[in-house]
Amino acid sequence: MLRGVLGKTFRLVGYTIQYGCIAHCAFEYVGGVVMCSGPSMEPTIQNSDIVFAENLSRHFYGIQRGDIVIAKSPSDPKSNICKRVIGLEGDKILSNSPSGFFKSHSYVPTGHVWLEGDNLQNSTDSRYYGPVPYGLIRGRIFFKIWPLSDFGFLRDRPNGHRFSDD
Amino acid sequence: MALSQGWVKRYFKAFCKGFFVAVPVAVTFLDRVACVARVEGASMQPSLNPGGSQSSDVVLLNHWKVRNFEVQRGDIVSLVFENILSKSVACELIHVTGTQDVAEQTSIFVVGVEGKEIRLGHRIFYIEPAFSFRVEG
Repeated sequence: MLRGVLGKTFRLVGYTIQYGCIAHCAFEYVGGVVMCSGPSMEPTIQNSDIVFAENLSRHFYGIQRGDIVIAKSPSDPKSNICKRVIGLEGDKILSNSPSGFFKSHSYVPTGHVWLEGDNLQNSTDSRYYGPVPYGLIRGRIFFKIWPLSDFGFLRDRPNGHRFSDD
Repeated sequence: MALSQGWVKRYFKAFCKGFFVAVPVAVTFLDRVACVARVEGASMQPSLNPGGSQSSDVVLLNHWKVRNFEVQRGDIVSLVFENILSKSVACELIHVTGTQDVAEQTSIFVVGVEGKEIRLGHRIFYIEPAFSFRVEG
């Protein structure tokens, strides 16, 4: 009786570990479903939208300008942020001062990317915490699942080009 | 002919079963618990590689201990540096003493203590201005 119960318990634990590891590998190296919260990517991604993210392009260095990526937050390592890649390393980023009179520019350093949200008025992004190291990027968002009215591939950037390549 | 086909099918099934059990568990273990790495270079002497180019130290990277990102001053950590254009990954074991820009280095710590991709000692990258590390002691 006890041996039967023990055997069943061990089998259950074994299956849990096995499927947990498969799920970890899938989410880490292939992709997964993500729910986004916050207003910083409107109108492209609204609050509580469900999107599909893939991690393959991050491992194969296929992240390009204009991609929407998920990255670890530079200010809080336990949370993730969802922004658009505006500039890669070596790009010149033009930043507007509040008065609009003095326009300054800076270069994205090696191994970093410049992230900005689509909702420029309401987004804490690289304009606030600077260029983000490429190693913090977790994956690329390319497909929206929910709401069904907005099902499909994601739109291109709504804001104009604010950088120039070297 | 039928017998050999049955044998091949059984072998294939056993292989797939073992593969899908062993590989994810091993990968998850190496990612989340611990993995082994070799230290190259002389920048961490005399703590690591005291013998110079004659012998390389082998270290155990403990991912489990830093799963909550709790790093103390004086810890030896491994970092990941990834570069889109050159597609190279270089890591450096550093010994950080209490400098005033530890707060600015926090994001690099977060990346590094996950400890993946350990090919050490290729190059030392100094990323100006806030992410340059000073090796002391």
